[in-house]
Amino acid sequence: MQFTRTEMLPPQPPPVSQSGAVKWVRENLFSGPLNTILTLLSILVVYYLLNLSLPWLLHGVWNASSLTECRTIIAANFGPDAGGGCWAMIHARWYQWIFGFYPPEVYWRPILNFGLLFVAMAPILFSDNLRGSVKLVGTVAVLTIIALTLAQGPWWVFALCSALMLASVAVALLAPRYLLVATVLYPFATVWLLWGGSIWGPVTAMLGFVVLVLVYRPLSPRLGVVMATSLAVVAAAIWWGVLDSYVAAALEQVVSLSIQPVESDKFGGFLLAFLIGVSSISISLPIGILLALGRQSDMFLIKTLSVAFIEFVRGVPLITMLFTASLLLQYFLPPQVQFDLILRVIILVTLFSAAYNAEVIRGGLAALPKGQYEAADALGMDYWQAQRLIIMPQALKVSIPGIVSTFIGLFKDTTLVSFVGLQDPLRGITTIVRADINWKGIYWEPYIFVGVIFFAACYGMSRYSLYLERKLHTDHR
Amino acid sequence: MKNTVFFGTLATGALLAGIAAAGTLDDVKARGVLNCGVHTGLTGFGAPDANGDYQGFDVDICKAVAAAIFGDQSKVKYVPTTGETRFTALASGEVDLLVRTSTWTYSRDTDLKFDWAGVNYYDGQGFMVRKDLGVSSAKELDGATICIQTGTTTELNLADYFKSNNIKYTPVTVADDADAQRQFLAGACDAYTTDASGLAASRATLPKPDDYVILPEIISKEPLGPLVRHGDNNWGDIVRWTFYALLAAEEKGITKANIEEVASSTTDPEVRRILGIEGDEGKMMGLDNNWAKNAIAANGNYGEIFEANIGSATPIKLARGLNALWTQGGLQYSPPFR
Amino acid sequence: MAVANDLPKPEFRLSALIYDTRYRAITIQVIVLILALLFAAWLMENVRSNLALKGKDIDFSFLWRRAGYDIGQHLIPYTNDSPHIRAAFVGLINTMVVAVVASILSTILGVFLGVLRLSKNWIVSRLVGVYVEMFRNVPLLLWIILTSAIFSESRPQPKDFKVIDGVAKADMSFWNSVAITNRSSNVPMPVLDRPLPTIDTPWFSISTSLVAIAVLLGASIWANRLLLRRATAIQQATGLRPTTWWQSTAILIVPTLAALIAMGFHLDYPVFKGFNFQGGLSFDHAFTSLTISLTLYYAAVTAEIVRSGIQAISRGQSEAAFALGLRPGRVMSLIILPQALRVIIPPMISQWLSLTKDTSLGIAVSYLDLRGTLGGITLNQTGRELECMVLMMMIYLIISLIISAIANAYNSSVKLKER
Repeated sequence: MQFTRTEMLPPQPPPVSQSGAVKWVRENLFSGPLNTILTLLSILVVYYLLNLSLPWLLHGVWNASSLTECRTIIAANFGPDAGGGCWAMIHARWYQWIFGFYPPEVYWRPILNFGLLFVAMAPILFSDNLRGSVKLVGTVAVLTIIALTLAQGPWWVFALCSALMLASVAVALLAPRYLLVATVLYPFATVWLLWGGSIWGPVTAMLGFVVLVLVYRPLSPRLGVVMATSLAVVAAAIWWGVLDSYVAAALEQVVSLSIQPVESDKFGGFLLAFLIGVSSISISLPIGILLALGRQSDMFLIKTLSVAFIEFVRGVPLITMLFTASLLLQYFLPPQVQFDLILRVIILVTLFSAAYNAEVIRGGLAALPKGQYEAADALGMDYWQAQRLIIMPQALKVSIPGIVSTFIGLFKDTTLVSFVGLQDPLRGITTIVRADINWKGIYWEPYIFVGVIFFAACYGMSRYSLYLERKLHTDHR
Repeated sequence: MKNTVFFGTLATGALLAGIAAAGTLDDVKARGVLNCGVHTGLTGFGAPDANGDYQGFDVDICKAVAAAIFGDQSKVKYVPTTGETRFTALASGEVDLLVRTSTWTYSRDTDLKFDWAGVNYYDGQGFMVRKDLGVSSAKELDGATICIQTGTTTELNLADYFKSNNIKYTPVTVADDADAQRQFLAGACDAYTTDASGLAASRATLPKPDDYVILPEIISKEPLGPLVRHGDNNWGDIVRWTFYALLAAEEKGITKANIEEVASSTTDPEVRRILGIEGDEGKMMGLDNNWAKNAIAANGNYGEIFEANIGSATPIKLARGLNALWTQGGLQYSPPFR
Repeated sequence: MAVANDLPKPEFRLSALIYDTRYRAITIQVIVLILALLFAAWLMENVRSNLALKGKDIDFSFLWRRAGYDIGQHLIPYTNDSPHIRAAFVGLINTMVVAVVASILSTILGVFLGVLRLSKNWIVSRLVGVYVEMFRNVPLLLWIILTSAIFSESRPQPKDFKVIDGVAKADMSFWNSVAITNRSSNVPMPVLDRPLPTIDTPWFSISTSLVAIAVLLGASIWANRLLLRRATAIQQATGLRPTTWWQSTAILIVPTLAALIAMGFHLDYPVFKGFNFQGGLSFDHAFTSLTISLTLYYAAVTAEIVRSGIQAISRGQSEAAFALGLRPGRVMSLIILPQALRVIIPPMISQWLSLTKDTSLGIAVSYLDLRGTLGGITLNQTGRELECMVLMMMIYLIISLIISAIANAYNSSVKLKER
């Protein structure tokens, strides 16, 4: 009789050293003497850091009314020598780090404004990714509505804001191209929502742009782009300088639509950081485009002026620009004109980021093959047509990651405004909270809190920038 | 607000432009709010509280001036200024009045062209050291490391003092009060020098105040007070006499609580003039006749303001010392209201 | 811009200034020039009227008045009797010192981390990744503040180094030569007993001993290069490279060493006396923490530059090198890095530029650099904000322009000569 196995044996698991965790550890952590040393060193570093910080973090106190009370609680719970974080100060004052001195009863305005920021940016950030834009708008809508429920305010405000956010989601889903309307309206909405006052101010200011377009359209075929633009700008300037305020006042008489005004000195914390960052980067973009084109121009004078501006701004530290805003800008304006400090800082930071954006966009322009320019010329397009229809759409797309990293840098650098007396989250608000006798003497906690928020925001943005870079990379390979 | 113009979208509602009128008072009245430069955050003297309302000894001067002009102490816009930006803010007209523990010195008065309207706190620079250092006089600090804030008069005083006593020191420059306190607490410097009031405030909030001593030497005179620009004497008078009204009120026993009662019952002619019951004192400066009454009613007289913000009942526990009235051995002295 | 007219136009009409592309450029430039000049004139007029309104003038003579304040770290002689301009100069030197030291350190650390980031070792590459993200995504200002706080919180006080009954609470590191207290770092200072005379100029003094040593060292390096070139020549002629390492060592070290011994070189160790350590070199923590935080922050940025530079080299290069039988270390040093450097260096130079500008953040720890002296205390004491700010911006601008000039020179020299 013969014994023949009719079935295959099940495969044996590989030896322990060749599979699973052990294999992974051997190959990745202890593949050689050098690697082993590095691994051990790394573990040591991690252990040292955790040993240093964990007890302090775990001993944290969340409910107390003063630093002394914190110290008492920690001493009572963990012994007299134990150190611990007094997170109670963040519990007590977190809103000042977020909103500064913005009146609490209208917190819904910055919240809504922040939500709308993403709605306005969605069509730009996800220009050819419908799902991405819907996802972004949807998430932001949900988060905004949650934040709104936590803020104070009458119910109808809440209902109105929620309806607005849901409408944006619907638009993003059904007619994504119309989100661009939100993008165009957003700057005016921001001014109105954040500073408050009559709605007619922003509306008439926006009419100035309508004037600009109305003048430009009929003139441009006849006079050329540059001339038509100059005339249109003059017309708009007349509107803004002379007529605007009267029209706004008259409209306010007829239909009064005003919300509680909030002065700029109430702005602080992350609200201020975002306000300075976002407005500077968005105002600086068009200036940056013009500067980049100017730098590439054949016209000697324009090129020289652009290069001089860009190199000057890039050659001095941001902090000197801020001191200029605070100390010097008044010298360069007519004696009777006074901007408040936040606007002066925004102006200077805008000029600063315009130079950096110009360089980023110049990189984008340089990345375009020469054939694109030649093809545009061959089609008989003039300079501005070629720029508008062929060059800029491609160059800007390539530049977006660079612009995002400029923004990250700028956003981090908004912390410097505390040196001219504005209430940035890092030093400004922290100094104020520390001046309270209850929290005087606290040191690490506010910095950790602010650092974590900055990290979350900047890390998110840099991830997005990476995603974009990868997407663009495949396009060009 | 007729002169307010809107420069397009940028500045809607936030751009303040006005034709510079003849006087600061007219500007302030037209604007409807007093722009007052204050500290970004100094315990007891000027810092925003949990609701964002500014409180403090210096801030109460701003409130009194606003009350004198408008009859409403809340009509103040506080402009937080740093040591480096404060004088420019005043010189450029960004603030009408600066009350930020600023020392009255010759060069600031003449070269920077400011007028001090009075001295609301007589201070002097001192040293704080740890008790176990065994030092009892600043002259023993030869070779010591000293924490000092930049951008103030203190660094000049320190250099002068050590030079004149022919001893050496190592300066550790720090950015602000909180940083100085932390470094001193950690022992990064042997001594911390700043105005004696600031030292007292810092010492009060250290974990073990009794381990630290403030040395007896006061190495400088630091008259701190509200200041205005050169060139508008009427405005300087308003600030000056508002402050003196607070002093006179303490001298005459007028308090926030009894001011109405005093006003209705007093027969003292000077009190009657201060409270605007007789005479036309307010009109001479372009204010209402009850300007001083409003200023006093806002937060009480000088003594009350002192006690409420930095006095012995507060954690800062400053004694009146030089800042007592002249009748009680101090230097605070109001010229007569006549 | 395309010039698209074939028909000759003999007569010039006024409308050609707008419609004819040949003339339009001139029209536009003239208009821009007029506008720019008008704008400049407007600014000047505003400055003039503002100054008149405040009763001020533009006057730089304050720079020669007594400064009156002390600067903890001064590399050239300075007392509070020195004029403001000297204080500004001290500040400029302090700025440059931090910039140079932090640039060198951050580059070394950054290259190291960038290579480790690509390591196959999971835990190492992750750890470096966390480090890089942590530093890049949090404001530099925060790191500066935290570094300075960590120094003063975690290091012992100087008095803890005092030996009481044969026991001290804290010990000096590195065989009793380095003492890092919570107020300063004290390291041994090289001292010459018999130095050559120094040449004093009003601005700084030149130590001829230092110059002599530098010259000697330069000569040795030059001699060594001659030696190596000869060795290479022999190698190419005979195929055998003579052993040169001991000759090189001797040429490089012996002359300098002899000179140092002749001048009586020794180290001056810091010793605890009175309140603090005396002797040796003492670094303020304002300097140390600014340098360290700039180093750590820019090392993270550099690591990313190095990583992307290495990854930009196509895999084929390293595969080809492996196919030739080179070992991994050699592949890196001979094939990958030389090519990667071309990608790495330009962004690296711009990082050094940003680092130099970011030294101005020393304001957070009151480091008395150019901004702290000229743009800080001097400005504040004299009230000359216009003059101080303009001067300070000009100096920063000149530094930046010099660095960018170097960058441009380098870029054009390594540019790939391709079509």
